[in-house]
This record gives sequence, structure tokens and C-alpha cells, in this order.
Amino acid sequence: MPFGLLRFGMSRHYPEPRMFRCPDRLKPHYDAVIIGAGGHGLAAAYYLARDHGIREVAVLEKSYLGAGGTGRNTAIIRSNYLTAEGVRFYDESLRLFRDLSADLDLNLFYSRRGHFTLAHSDATLRTMRWRAEVNKHLGVDSELVGPEVIRRECPRLDLSCGGHTPVLGALYHPPGAIARHDAVAWGYGRAASQRGVEIHQQTEVTGIRVQGGRVAGVETSRGFVETGKVLSAVAGYTPAVMEMVGVRTPLEVHPLQACVSEPLKPWLDTIIVSANLHLYVSQSSRGELVMGAALDPYELHSTRSTLDFVEGLAGHLLELFPFLGEVRVLRQWAGLADMTPDFSPIMGKTPVEGLYLDAGWGTWGFKATPVCGKTMAHTLATDRPHPLIESFRLSRFEEFDLVGEKGAASVGH
Amino acid sequence: MKLMRCPVNGWRPIQEFSYGGTFRAMPPPEECSDRQWADYVFHRSGAAAVKKEWWCHLASGVWFIAERNTSTDEILRTYLYGEGDHHE
Repeated sequence: MPFGLLRFGMSRHYPEPRMFRCPDRLKPHYDAVIIGAGGHGLAAAYYLARDHGIREVAVLEKSYLGAGGTGRNTAIIRSNYLTAEGVRFYDESLRLFRDLSADLDLNLFYSRRGHFTLAHSDATLRTMRWRAEVNKHLGVDSELVGPEVIRRECPRLDLSCGGHTPVLGALYHPPGAIARHDAVAWGYGRAASQRGVEIHQQTEVTGIRVQGGRVAGVETSRGFVETGKVLSAVAGYTPAVMEMVGVRTPLEVHPLQACVSEPLKPWLDTIIVSANLHLYVSQSSRGELVMGAALDPYELHSTRSTLDFVEGLAGHLLELFPFLGEVRVLRQWAGLADMTPDFSPIMGKTPVEGLYLDAGWGTWGFKATPVCGKTMAHTLATDRPHPLIESFRLSRFEEFDLVGEKGAASVGH
Repeated sequence: MKLMRCPVNGWRPIQEFSYGGTFRAMPPPEECSDRQWADYVFHRSGAAAVKKEWWCHLASGVWFIAERNTSTDEILRTYLYGEGDHHE
């Protein structure tokens, strides 16, 4: 290995094949421009090229590939949501995730773990039962279980929570899984690039040119690009992009923080979530505990980390797993969560013809990556919203027709 | 520790405060259209900027206005509702 590394360092040419091409200039025209090279944008580019034959596509990224929410989430994949719209949508995503490694020819470390959402109160238990029934009705493997099943599947968990908030039961979702989030973005990026899509990093979109209510092109930090179709897939930066064309959205941006512990021997093979304690934890294939908690309590467009967050999270973690008291936190970070009032995404067409929106990804964006790519590619190619995303349209707010998704991670029960 | 100045109680740790959302003028409910009402209820000026916001000092229940830069988290001014204009 050291010799390999030395050869790598001494080599005049980059000795490994590149994951994707880096064209040095923008073309004057593309059939479609996608703003944001995160998982969603790259997946949309991939399905546009693969399923719809639209290959003259540029993905523009102001930073580097996967720099936003894609590389900052806690990588949990599940479909045990509460609304029929949500369950159908996320279950299709889970189905796509299962053979995505083979599809993209890249090991995504997709690992089925089983997902427990613990209930520490009768009210939470009631919501869990509701969710389980909706899930079962729609064919999703999900059930309400008592403490004995939790004890069997996760023996290290202190079900009494030190005596003050005992675990009464849990919503158990066996297909719940984790995957390497960076690999998802890189895999989609490579597969899209192989099919002719261009990925331009360090290219910021500074304006969207609209003529007669139609998109005519985008202004970028590297010049103007003509195009008739633009997809905005920028999550936390959506309000800024929509302001360029004067479209109002109900998005409010809050930081969502996460951290990992130092690597430990494998001891936790399930994903443990507590709705009441606002905590989720799983163990990655590297042995690190990947942990997240609630959103930061006020609007902020910054990825700074706070001590408040780790303090609160550690307190709750120790209630469930007191033996982790000596374990150290290794890294801490934050991402921008673009929250909607009903905890469902905003997907589909906008009042500007040719401008499509994939936003409102709050705390639930990573698990939706494949299905977002697929449905947004369909929407762009046919100019009609895919049936799975019709109810997530931007106009639902003006029509007072919300999709209240109380199964989202950020909702307290 | 991050501090915020309550117009009544002075400088206090940020944990003692609760965020009440951006200050928005309510359109007259009887006269405005459904569309204007939906815009008021749901839509936000979501991009980062210096914003006028409602905050509450939880310990004493004082609601007040804070002007805060939502990209740097810098609190520029705090004052009681209706008093802001007299400071300058």
C-alpha cells in the first residue's frame, strides 16, 4: 500500500480513472440545466439521460459535488411514513435503493438494519400504531412491537431510560437501512457523465433569464447558458434561487446538526430513533456511531456547529445507552434543512414555464434521492408532474391542500 | 455562550429565549383574497437577510422584536414592539 501511494504521488498523470469528466468550458446551449450537483440533481440527470434520452444536460454546482445535504445527512433509508402519498413515494425510493449498487456499478454499502422508532409515551404509541396501520395497508413491512422485541433486537438498550422515560414500545420497520451517502452522489454523477451529462463544479448560477413567462437560460459565474428547461435542486438555497424569478415559497431554513463518535467494535446493528428524546443513532460500517437530533430552534443559513447540540444529544443518548459515557465525539457538522409547513417536499412545476422545483427536503431528503431523480426526470421530459409527486406541488399551499407528514423525523409526537 | 439583550431584562443567555418567527404584517382578514391570505399564512421570505423577528424571553414572558442577520446569526438590535422607531 505505501508503495502504491508513492507511485500515485510520483506519477505525472493522474493514475486512477476519473469518476466523471470535467469539461473546461460551458456550451452555449443545453437541453436542460440542473442547478445543484447533489444526489437529487445528479440522479435527475442520470434518469433524464437513461430513461428519456435527454443527454445534452449540464449540472451546475457552485461548490463541489455532494457538498450540501447529500454529504451531511445521517444516511437513513426508510418508508414507514404516515400519509399515503408519503408512504408510496418513499417506498418506491427504497425499492430503487435496493439494487442501486448494481445499477450504478458502485458499492453503496447499502445495509438493511431494521429501524426502531421508540415510543416513551401513550400519545407517541398511538401515533406509532396509526403509522403501522397506514404502512401495512399500503404493503410496507411495519408493525408496532412491545419492549420484549426491542430487548431481543437491541439488548444493549436501557428500556427504563434511567427510570424517568421508560420505553413503552416501538414502530418496527425491518427494511430500514443505511447507505454511504457520498457514494450515492458519486455513483449517479459517474453514471450520468458516462451517458453524456456534463458536471460543472465551481459554477454558480447568478440569475435565471425569463422571457414571456418562459425560461430562456441561466446566468452563471462563467457566463450565460441558453436552455428551455431548468431544474432547481438546491435544498437550503432554494429561496435564493426562487427569488431570482420572483416565486414565493413557504420554505424556512434551519440548520440540522449531526455528529459521529470514535469508531467502536460493532455492537449496534439496528437503527434506533426516539421521537420523544429527538435522537437517532446507527453504527456505520466503519464502526462510528452516526447521531442526529432535532433541528436548530431558529432560522439560520449557516453550517456552524454548537456545543448546545452535542450536550443535548449526549444527554439523551446516555439515557438510552448509559455505557457510552466514556465514548468521545469525533466529528460534528451541520447542513441546511429547508423546512415546509407540512413536512412534505415541494416538487414539480412552478409558475414560470420550464422551471421545475425539487425542494423542501428538510430532514428527509437523502432517502428520497433515487425516486426524486426518477420523478423529476419524468416531469422535466414530459412537462407533466409524475403521478407520485402530484400532491407535492408548490400550488398546494395556495389551494389549502396540504400533505401533513407527521412521520417526518423532525416532528415530535 | 451566545447572549441576547432582552429589552426589559438585559443580556441573557440565548437558551432563555424562544424564536417566534419573522415579523410579518397581517393583511385585513375580512377584505383580502384567499390567495393573499394563503400568501400570508404560508409563504416566507426564505433567503438569508437581515430580518425583523419575534422573540420571547421565556423566564419573564416578554415578547419583543429582534433584528438579526440570518446568515451570520448576528443580532443587530432588540426592542419592544412599537418602540423600534424611537431608537434612531
